[in-house]
Parts: sequence; C-alpha cells; structure tokens
Amino acid sequence: MAAGSTYTPIATQTLASATTTVTFSSIPQTYTDLILVFSGASTGTQGYRVGLGNGSIDTGTDYSETFLSGSGSAASSGRRTGYPAIVDPTVYTDQQTIIHQFMNYSNTSTYKTVLYRSNSAGNEVTSGVALWRAPSNAAINIITATAYTQNFVVGSTFTLYGIAAA
Amino acid sequence: MSPLITTKASASAQGYGLFSPALVTGNFQSIQTVTVGAGGASNITFSSIPSTFTHLQLRWIGLDSYASGDSLYMQFNGDTGSNYVQHALYGSGSSAVGAYTAATTGMPIGYSNTNSYPFVGVSDILDYTSVNKNKTVRTLDGQDANGSGYVFLHSGLWFNTPQAITSIKLYFGSGTFAQFSSFALYGVK
Repeated sequence: MAAGSTYTPIATQTLASATTTVTFSSIPQTYTDLILVFSGASTGTQGYRVGLGNGSIDTGTDYSETFLSGSGSAASSGRRTGYPAIVDPTVYTDQQTIIHQFMNYSNTSTYKTVLYRSNSAGNEVTSGVALWRAPSNAAINIITATAYTQNFVVGSTFTLYGIAAA
Repeated sequence: MSPLITTKASASAQGYGLFSPALVTGNFQSIQTVTVGAGGASNITFSSIPSTFTHLQLRWIGLDSYASGDSLYMQFNGDTGSNYVQHALYGSGSSAVGAYTAATTGMPIGYSNTNSYPFVGVSDILDYTSVNKNKTVRTLDGQDANGSGYVFLHSGLWFNTPQAITSIKLYFGSGTFAQFSSFALYGVK
C-alpha cells in the first residue's frame, strides 16, 4: 500500500530584484531526494552553478559532471572535473527551466550524485549527471544556485521539493 | 526576453509534464522502497503494485558489484520472453551517441560503468494499468566517476499482450546490487 503523499515543497524564492546567488539552507534531512526547480532567466549567458555542502558550501575541487546537449543542429557531450561547483548547464537571457535532482541526499555512506535537465527553447536542451565527492560523504543540507558573473532576473523562481520514500 | 512561466498552466503548456512538481504535489505517493544491506542482492522486485495510480515513478541510487560496464534491466509481471526493446541517446563525455536494443528479455533502463561510484536514475512508467496499450518507460539516468561517466535518456517498450503492471523486477546483466543501493517506487495520480 502507498505510504501517503510526498513531493513536498520545502521553500520557494521569487526574486524581487536581480540576484546572483540564491541559497537554501537548513534543509531538513527527512526526505529521500531533493528536487530544485528554476524557472527564469539571467542577465547574461553563463553557467548555472550549483554548490552543495553541509553547514557551508564546499568550494573545493570536488565536483565533476558529464553532460549531453542538443543545440538544434547537433548533439554533443562533454565532461568537467575538478570544479568548485556543478557548473552546467548554461543559463540564458530568455526563459528556461532547469531541474536538478539530488538523489539520496541525506545518506552519509556514498558520494552524492545529481541528475539535471535544462530546457531552453531558444538555445538548447541539456541533460547531465554530476558527482559531488562530499568530504566524509556528508549529507547535503545547504544548496546554492548562482548565475556565474551575472544576475538572475526579477521574477525568476526557485523551488525546492522533498520526496520521501516509504 | 520571453515572459517567465508564472502559472501551472503555462508550465504544462511548455511540456514539462511529470517533471513539473507543481502539477503533482499531493498526488505523488511512496509505494515501496528497497534498500540493499551488507549481503547485497541479485535482484530487486516490487510486487502487488496497487492499481490506484495513473503512472509509476522509480527513483534510484545504485551500486553495482561488477567492475566494468553493466546494464540495469527491468521486467514486468515475470515476463522473461523477448518482449522488450529500447532506444537511447547518451553522452559519454566526448560524444553523443544513439543506441538501440532489439527484442530482448529485459528492458535496459540504466548503466553502471564502474563499481566505485553510484549511478542514479528516474524512470517514469506511463499508464501502467492500461489493458489496451503496450507499456512505455522513459528514464533519465547516469553515472559520473570524476573523469569518466555517462548520462542517458532511455526509452523502453514492453510489447507483450497489453496487461496491467503488477510487479517489477530489476536486475543487472552481470553484477549484483551492492550495499547502499536504494530503489524507491512511487505512484502518480
């Protein structure tokens, strides 16, 4: 039998002014997965950087990722290692949606793996998988989303959801 | 600049479907979770799946005992016939590749390239109670291993005589599920 409803909104931030970084802190450890949904745009084309941490954001070179993109004329794949954040996909100046799924974020036995998908109808569609080699396999309780060297525009929304398994 | 999405309806119109949490809040329920202990597991089975939902979603973090490339397969209702096919688009870190698996005895939904790092995925099993349609599964999955890795978009079909899905079996082509693997099944109304 089902254990009851989940997919619970934890927090939502709607930008009243242009902002570079949005932070979700003190994230409860009572869920199995987290989902961060961004709907908005940036003042310039740059990386949508996601930082993770426990207590504070880890800015060490502990992040890597593999991604797949379709530009409208070609498909491509790339990889980044040794970065201080998850640095893809790209955030653009026109409307897009970016969804990150933080799988089993509160466990302290494994590194943390994140799936992401970006839909930018005017530019590209991207999917990726990222690894955070969390020190001591730390649980995630703080997440930042940053428009690297740019600002997210007014009206951009960020919503963090929790999914609890039975 | 295009207008921002400001309503659920506009999000739906832009095709975010099951990936739009605002559309499913309150209608997304945990059915069962299997977490693998120290002894490992050769397979994972969800049985007696209730028929009260419209779709199912399987979310997982997996660790494979097998050291190199190994596929994760899904079977429905104990059907071991060659009744499953799949297409995939994946990124290897250097190129984008399309792949196809002809009729086989299980539906590939995931891939582990190393037993040193977890691989994760989210599979949507659509209209699983229909007795009139073959069943389709879409999956976003991947594994990054700090210098290697793959990200996949899987699309699978179970083309046996249409029947409601009441059980799901998961297994690897070569390895077994290692400790800390966790597979959670959810129902979407």
